[in-house]
Amino acid sequence: MTPSAPPAAVPLPPPRAKFEARNVHVHYGASHALKAVSIDIPDRTVTAFIGPSGCGKSTFLRCLNRMNDTIAIARVTGTIRLDGEDIHAPAVDPVLLRARVGMVFQKPNPFPKSIYDNVAYGPRIHGLARGRAELDAIVERALRRAALWNEVRDRLAAPGTGLSGGQQQRLCIARAVATSPEVLLMDEPCSALDPIATAQVEELIDELRSQFAVVIVTHSMHQAARVSQKTAFFHMGELVEHGDTDQIFTIPRDPRTESYISGKIG
Amino acid sequence: MAGPDIALPATPWASAPVRARLRRRGRAETRLRLLGLGALGLAFAMLATLVLTLLWSGAGAFRQTRVATEVFYDPAILAPGNLARGDYRAILAVAVGEWFPGLSPAGRRRAGAILSAGAPFVLRDRIVADPALLGRRVTLSLPVSDPYDQLRRGLLGRDTPAAFRRLTDDDIARWDRLVASGLVSAPLNPGLLLDPDSRFPELAGLAGALAGSAWLLLTCFLLSFPVGIGAAIYLEEFAPRRRLADVIEININNLAAVPSVVFGLLGLAVFLGWFGLPRSSPFVGGMVLALMTLPTIIIATRAALKAVPPSIREAALGLGASRQQAVFHHVLPLAMPGILTGTILGLAHALGETAPLLLIGMNAFVTGAPGGPFDAATALPTQIFIWADSPERGFEARTSAAILVLLAFLVVMNGLAIFLRNRFERKW
Repeated sequence: MTPSAPPAAVPLPPPRAKFEARNVHVHYGASHALKAVSIDIPDRTVTAFIGPSGCGKSTFLRCLNRMNDTIAIARVTGTIRLDGEDIHAPAVDPVLLRARVGMVFQKPNPFPKSIYDNVAYGPRIHGLARGRAELDAIVERALRRAALWNEVRDRLAAPGTGLSGGQQQRLCIARAVATSPEVLLMDEPCSALDPIATAQVEELIDELRSQFAVVIVTHSMHQAARVSQKTAFFHMGELVEHGDTDQIFTIPRDPRTESYISGKIG
Repeated sequence: MAGPDIALPATPWASAPVRARLRRRGRAETRLRLLGLGALGLAFAMLATLVLTLLWSGAGAFRQTRVATEVFYDPAILAPGNLARGDYRAILAVAVGEWFPGLSPAGRRRAGAILSAGAPFVLRDRIVADPALLGRRVTLSLPVSDPYDQLRRGLLGRDTPAAFRRLTDDDIARWDRLVASGLVSAPLNPGLLLDPDSRFPELAGLAGALAGSAWLLLTCFLLSFPVGIGAAIYLEEFAPRRRLADVIEININNLAAVPSVVFGLLGLAVFLGWFGLPRSSPFVGGMVLALMTLPTIIIATRAALKAVPPSIREAALGLGASRQQAVFHHVLPLAMPGILTGTILGLAHALGETAPLLLIGMNAFVTGAPGGPFDAATALPTQIFIWADSPERGFEARTSAAILVLLAFLVVMNGLAIFLRNRFERKW
């Protein structure tokens, strides 16, 4: 483990939000998947998006790094600002945006390459390392950050696809953090994992917030309650309510939120 | 629980109708399996029939009847300074005279026909390569002409009335004496693969056709592989409008179904007519075959690209890879086994294609192996066509042998496709 700062030393969220979304709509062809979402996502905080299946939480997550651009029929309107800069501005290259806003997907998707090459891929394409030694150092740091180093240090040349499900997901996290992004988006990162692997990843998420803004989409309210400081509840394409996790889970303002967290809808 | 009664009636699993249905299903399955085995057996039987008949009729071409002939490079006949243009027929006539002493000049001419009409060239090539042979006696193994080859193989019936066969009774008697003297042998015939085409079946080989087919396939591969992959990548990964991509896809599928002779006409009109490229050249043939192979490669490549899980693309894009990087670093390598398999199958198809080559003149009579893609040449299938069309009996066996060589090539190529697929297939 790197000597990461203890949780108490986590700095307070800076005054300006990392992401500011205003009036974001998403259409997939004829279906209106996301309606008028406005939210601020703070830096160095874990923000959880919760809600029933098909509520738009993943759709909104994919807006944040413009992954919806890759879907031909998707149309995104509204404003999303990263550090005050509109991510849809013509000057913004989605490639660079995605380097700054890393993503971990629902199903572990390591490249069918070695563990080393998986982690080194991002730094390589962005030219973050000068020489092999520097790249080695980045790979090691990323794998340590993802709490995977001790398990794979002796077999970096082994294929990443040969790892267990939980290890693969941590490899994907290591791959995402290797490019030193500012934000880490996680789309239900634990849904394909067993409880032990889930616990490891959750612990990891808690550590990652010392360095990144983390946004996690989850089906599990318990997970949201465990890992996040902020929570946003989506329902039928609307952002129903968002705020401090403690407040959402104890004194929800909206009756729909209350129904969901008490298990009546979902 | 309140609500309507939704309990389903219990199924009588042990009742007679249920058992009868089970038996019926079992019988239907057995029937299907037998039908499948039957179809497979039929296909194998047809393949076996093809290969066995080819082996039966083509085996003769893999051996060539030869006569050990002692020739005297007579300085009285050959001029040392002009060995390439000597009268080698006269030298052979002397050698034949030594086999059958006391023959009349007419009988000696008749007996001389035992040796292939190409035999003088064998003599010439030997001494040109080694001028020190002038004035010495050398024993050369010379091919016999086609009728005598047929006679040795029992294909020229001795019982046939003399008027209906190409050899007279005297010819046969002379031949039998030659055989009795132990000069006749039938060694393996490397010339079948190493010699170019000839008017005389005993001298005709596939060297020109093999080289022509090799140049043809090389040209075809170099043109269709990059273009096909490029088109497929664009259509699959970058093409912006779905509607347009659909139209293009339909047209590519149509292109794959266009009869090959049409591509030949296209090549004739465009490559030979407009561009004035050399006719009968493997380069033009390769271009025509590339047009034909292109749809196959595009379709195979698109299928292979489509089979790569989208999660790999998302992973790369999510890391900030550009689309081009995602495709070239991750998707294409994973699709490569499928692409290579499709390409090799397309090339194997092109290897056997005949009709378009006929139209651009690759069925010409060419007596030398092409030195490059712009030289006139034949290809294996057109060589088969030419030989099958030739009246000499000797070409019958050679046609079958050429088909066997072509089939061997196809087997090797398909084997390579399977090998590549298994070797580079990656699991994820």
